[in-house]
Parts: sequence; C-alpha cells; structure tokens
Amino acid sequence: MSFITSYGTYIPRFRIRVEEVARIWGENANAIKEGLGIKEKSVPDFDEDTATIAVEAAREAFKRVKINPKDVGAVFVGSESHPYAVKPTATIVGEALGIGNEYFAADLEFACKAGTAGMQICYAMVKSGMIKYGLAIGSDTAQSRPGDALEYAAAAGGAAILIGREGIAEIKATYSYTSDTPDFWRRDLQPYPNHGGRFTGEPAYFRHVINAAKGLMEKYSYSVEDFDYVVFHQPNAKFPLKAASLLGFSKEQVTPGLLVTEVGNTYSASSLIGLCAVLDIAKPEERILLVSFGSGAGSDAFVIEVTEEILDYPRNPSVRDKISEKAYLDYSTYLKHRRKIKT
Amino acid sequence: MIPRFWRKIKYRYSLRGTHCKNCNSYFYPPRDLCPNCRRKGIIEEVNLPTCGRVLSYTVVWGEKGSPYVIALIELENKVKILSQLACRPEEVYDGMEVECTFRKYGEDGDAGIIYYGTKFIPKRGDGYVSKE
Ligand SMILES: [Zn+2]
Repeated sequence: MSFITSYGTYIPRFRIRVEEVARIWGENANAIKEGLGIKEKSVPDFDEDTATIAVEAAREAFKRVKINPKDVGAVFVGSESHPYAVKPTATIVGEALGIGNEYFAADLEFACKAGTAGMQICYAMVKSGMIKYGLAIGSDTAQSRPGDALEYAAAAGGAAILIGREGIAEIKATYSYTSDTPDFWRRDLQPYPNHGGRFTGEPAYFRHVINAAKGLMEKYSYSVEDFDYVVFHQPNAKFPLKAASLLGFSKEQVTPGLLVTEVGNTYSASSLIGLCAVLDIAKPEERILLVSFGSGAGSDAFVIEVTEEILDYPRNPSVRDKISEKAYLDYSTYLKHRRKIKT
Repeated sequence: MIPRFWRKIKYRYSLRGTHCKNCNSYFYPPRDLCPNCRRKGIIEEVNLPTCGRVLSYTVVWGEKGSPYVIALIELENKVKILSQLACRPEEVYDGMEVECTFRKYGEDGDAGIIYYGTKFIPKRGDGYVSKE
C-alpha cells in the first residue's frame, strides 16, 4: 500500500493583478477576469526559480513529520521550467534536504502533469517495496511571451508530496490517459511556449481529464458519489468547473481545491497545490479524486482516501494562509522579476 | 570557481556551521580551527537554528540585482551571521524576526553554473503581508 505521508507547498509572495497586465496591452480587464476566472497570479522573486521553490515546498513536507531524510529512496521534480536544460533539479533538492547519496533522482517533464507523474512513480516504487519513501514535487515558474494571453495566467508555485508506507491519506488507485496532441509546446532554446489557442479546450484538456476520471472510476469500481472532493488541473477557473459538471460533481466539491483565481496557473504544481488545499481541511475517511492534465497530452488520476492520522498531523500554515500573504507588483517590476528585460 | 563552490555546497544549502565543544563557540561560515582554543579546540559540525532577528542592516545600491539588503542576524542560539535578506529595503527594521530560505545566489552568465544557498526572509506572518 502507498500513502501520502506528508505534504508541503510554496507560493512566492508577489502577485500581479489582471488589471495591471490588461492596462499595458489596452485590453478589457473585466472581460478577461470573467473569461478566465483569474483575478491575479503569483510571481517569483528575482532569486527564486523552480529549484528554490521545490526545496521550500519539500522542506515544509519534512518539517511536518519525524522522518530521517536518508530514508528517502527517490526524488522526482516535475516542471516545464527546470533551471538547467541539462543538469537535474532533483539533485539540488536532494542535497538541500540532506537525503545523502543513496537515492534515485530524476527530473520529469510533461507540461503541467509532470508533478503527478512523479507521484505515480513514487506510488509504484513504494508499493513494490523498492523504496521506503519517495518524494514527488511539482514546481514551476511559468514563462509567457509579453502580450500573449498566457501572461494573465502563467504563475509560479510548488508542491511536494512525500509518499510512504503509512500516512495521512492512502492512494487507493491511479490511472493515466495519454495521447499525442499538440495543444501546447516549447521548442528547444525557445524562451516562451506556443499553444494552439482555442484548440487547447475540447481535444486536449477535456478529452484527457474526462477520460482519465472515467477510466479510473470504471477500472477500480468507483462512482461520483464515492468522492467528497475533486481536484483538477487549473489553467483557468472555467475548465475545472466545467469538467466537474460534465462528470456530475457539484461546484462545492471543486471549490476547496480551486486556487487559480488567486494564484494563476502554477503549471506542474497546479493540481498538487489544489490537492494540498483539500488535505488542509479534509477529515478521516473522506475521499478525493485528483486529475492532472499536461499538454501534449495526458492526465493522471488518483483515488485518495484520508486516514485517521490526519488528525495529529500539523497542517498550518495552510495553503490558503500562504495565498493571503502577498505583495503586489506593477508591470515594469514584473518584467524585471521575470527577467523579460535583460539587465 | 566551480570546485570551490561545490566543496561548500553542504554549508551553503543549509545553515550548517561548526561548534567548539571546548569553549562553546559557534562558527558560520564553519571553521576547522577554533580561534579561541587553537589546538585545544574540539570542533564538531552542527545545524544552526533556522530563525533569528536582525541586529543591524545595510542596503546595497548600484550593483547587479540591487537594491538588496545585507543584515547581521542573531540566530536563536545567539550566533551572529551575516546574510542577504530577501525583502524590499523599505521592509527591513532592527529587531525584525527572520527565517532562513533557499534562494539563488547568482549565476555565471547565461551559460554557466547557477549558485544556490541560504538567505533570510522576514518571518512569515510578520511583516510579510503587503501593506497596500
Ligand atoms: Zn574553542
């Protein structure tokens, strides 16, 4: 059996409002806020990147449980913004956590689902008895071309999920749905990604998310009624709400884990931070359906059942606490933060 | 530069210093020899507390990445260390509660190594929220 033993999150404290980005490009802020369901997004500090965010999220996960870091047998960092093209982020994380040298490390890349990809691998490695603990991290400082629609959403954040043989929530089942769909991509040496515009909805996000959720429930005999919460990848607020209603979930089951309105799309961290926000409030025996999405394209789905151990587990500061600690940037400072102007 | 940094990674990534068991002094950056006890010193590696407070600070202007804050920080066990404080110059004050964080130190141009290490930030929930 595989469990979530602990979790940690990190959200940079800077935000930029949709109004501020829209002001620069002469666009209608209210129409964009209405269309995307996003009010503001997180922005990293000058000296933050995917590696520093991953370390901070992982350190919180370790702070909350008494576990010897040397018992961690695998570290995976999923991101579409690894600091190096060649040289893993996972080894930086392993060193900063003091895991030692006897562990398996790899960086994963699958657009926004690279974090849950690591979770599925850790689930399997722990279940097989190969490792005692595995660390799966989704971390991103998402880039967007100035003026592109992505600029309203592309945000920064990280979540670390420590998986082991005991813990606060059992991973009961997992299932993936994958196809070759070119909805979003970034070619080598290009600073900003490209996307297929409206094409990203139906054949990409909805097809994979819905099929992964349905496939998981069919294969492992669950129905919509078996779940208390559902968390989806959140590129905007509309997509997850629509996916929920297509599957027959209520809005109330989605909103506890829906954070995109306040932080934007944190890419590889998006669905995992949503999961952590739900774990912040979940009670024993409650069940969570988690479905990620990564362009290109695929979805990983998980059935997660909360255990009694959550009652003694320190959950503060909560994800919502962190979201509320913030400082606003204007567009010119934002460009400097994101290094879109070279100094 | 790379070998020198690589040897110090352990001490930069975490607040790892040394302690002299003979005179109970702490050193960060770590020292192999106690300046008080010399050859009588008994040096051991220790993890230092991750929280402290600002004793004094200065703001550096006109350099790459500036303005930035350099602070003399007293850790919870009274050990004093000098570190960059990742906050805006107008946010820092004497006595401010701080905690350590993992940040980028710099990089060797666009193609070189990226250096990471420990810096400090205002303790969350203490002046870390925007005052609009
Ligand atoms: Zn001494």
